[in-house]
Amino acid sequence: MKGRRTLARGAASIVGVGCTEFSRRAGRTELQLACESITAALDDAGIAAADVNGIVSYTVDPVEETELVRSVGLEEINFSARIPYGGGGSVGVLQHAAAAVASGTAEVVVAYRAIRARSGATRFGSAKTAPSPTSGHSGTTAMQWCMPFGVLTPASWMALNSVRYMHEFGVESADFGRAVVQLREYAASNPAAWGFQNPITLDEHQESRWIVEPCIHLLDCCQETDGSVALVITGSQRAADLPHTPVRIGTASTAGLFEQEIASDHYRPDLSVMDGTVALGRRLFEDAGFSRDDIDVALIYDAFSPILLMQLEGLGFCGFGEAKDFIADGNLALDGSLPTNTNGGLIGEGYIHGLNLVLEAVRQLRGTAVNQVAEARTAVISASRTGAILTLD
Amino acid sequence: MAADAPTRPSPTVTDDSAVFWDAAAESRLVAQRCAGCGRLRHPPRPMCPACSSLEVEIAELSGQGTLYSYAILHHPQHPAFEYPVIAALVDLEEGVRLLSSLTDVSKDDVRIGMPVYAHFVPTADGPLIPVFRPSEDL
Repeated sequence: MKGRRTLARGAASIVGVGCTEFSRRAGRTELQLACESITAALDDAGIAAADVNGIVSYTVDPVEETELVRSVGLEEINFSARIPYGGGGSVGVLQHAAAAVASGTAEVVVAYRAIRARSGATRFGSAKTAPSPTSGHSGTTAMQWCMPFGVLTPASWMALNSVRYMHEFGVESADFGRAVVQLREYAASNPAAWGFQNPITLDEHQESRWIVEPCIHLLDCCQETDGSVALVITGSQRAADLPHTPVRIGTASTAGLFEQEIASDHYRPDLSVMDGTVALGRRLFEDAGFSRDDIDVALIYDAFSPILLMQLEGLGFCGFGEAKDFIADGNLALDGSLPTNTNGGLIGEGYIHGLNLVLEAVRQLRGTAVNQVAEARTAVISASRTGAILTLD
Repeated sequence: MAADAPTRPSPTVTDDSAVFWDAAAESRLVAQRCAGCGRLRHPPRPMCPACSSLEVEIAELSGQGTLYSYAILHHPQHPAFEYPVIAALVDLEEGVRLLSSLTDVSKDDVRIGMPVYAHFVPTADGPLIPVFRPSEDL
């Protein structure tokens, strides 16, 4: 290892995963959804609820810890944390869980997200004009600077960056469309996905209506979804005695820069580059001692397709402005150099606020993914500001 | 109610942000200027990130800038706005960036780099907010 200090490499492992169905209408509360996914994850791990002593979720998750503890039957909690920055912070649950385990603060940590993004009271994609100044610590305080001007949704916030990106590098909507076609091809063979048995063509992408012109068609958007995902993390030594092959958290990190926000990231000097993701890539690869060539599969937060391209560049899998060619050359496919979002991504599978991408990474390394990458041993997960490398090695 | 009564939602004003919105209500475009090192900053904040000074002055801005980026918003549609909304990031000549929207321009004429200048429009509860229009005839 060289460079700065990072999380103890491989000290913690993901030993259980669980989820509910992903649907338009769960018909039950987020609390119940969380109970179901956590119980499934503990069953998968072969660990009793009484052994859990740490819980981690997002600041914006509606489930109250007290209700969760009394529902799942957790006996004593010694560590709990909530990660800010909305979906950008989604992989941060792994960083906090792994740090708690590596430091001895907790022995078994459950990370979860439960969401009714489709049927619940508030859809991210609906038009809201009354922001709270703190926005639930989602990293989008700039909402207050957006809403009087009609800039009301994550798509509209991200579009301002995306249009500058298109302008700087000559990227066109069809370039985003080629990524979406690949995601929908993956989703078409994933029974859990919104896009199951429903692939699209580039023409269909181009003909779908504008959400934000000239960068986000309807088919560039993730699928607002009801559901829950949970993960069980424990020390790698204990993990060796559990039923599944442990998936080690090789490293997990966060990179937040001066003037950086999340979806409403408008005040960095150069918006054509996700320079927070550049910093994240440096943390995951150079600082933690991993090579990009080691990566067998990538899971990249795709709330909207433009940020998939921008993160591929920020992470260093291709040069700036080159993601469109990297994708057109087929590199995101199963037989490409970097199979990406093999569950269909948030666009094709559904939007559990990013945590379903971690679920897919674990399945790939266990060899149980629906679109399995042959002999996958190492995966990278990026949510632009938080990320991790999972590995069997 | 008149058909052209203003419908844009009024800004959410906090103790930290009032310096900007209170000036806008008087048709003035301002930014904070650090009294210690002279650095301009937006959005407003209590401390200068360069020199940690808490002393602040109000800098009057010309309202002249260039369009750094834009987005033509079609969906979802909120009844308070006319669509498409043209969202704008404007780099003001004094060196701060402002998020706003464009008026008096067809969406097909919007170009990154075009010169724009501020004018003020009323919101539903009365306060004015700054929006931008092209500086040159299109």
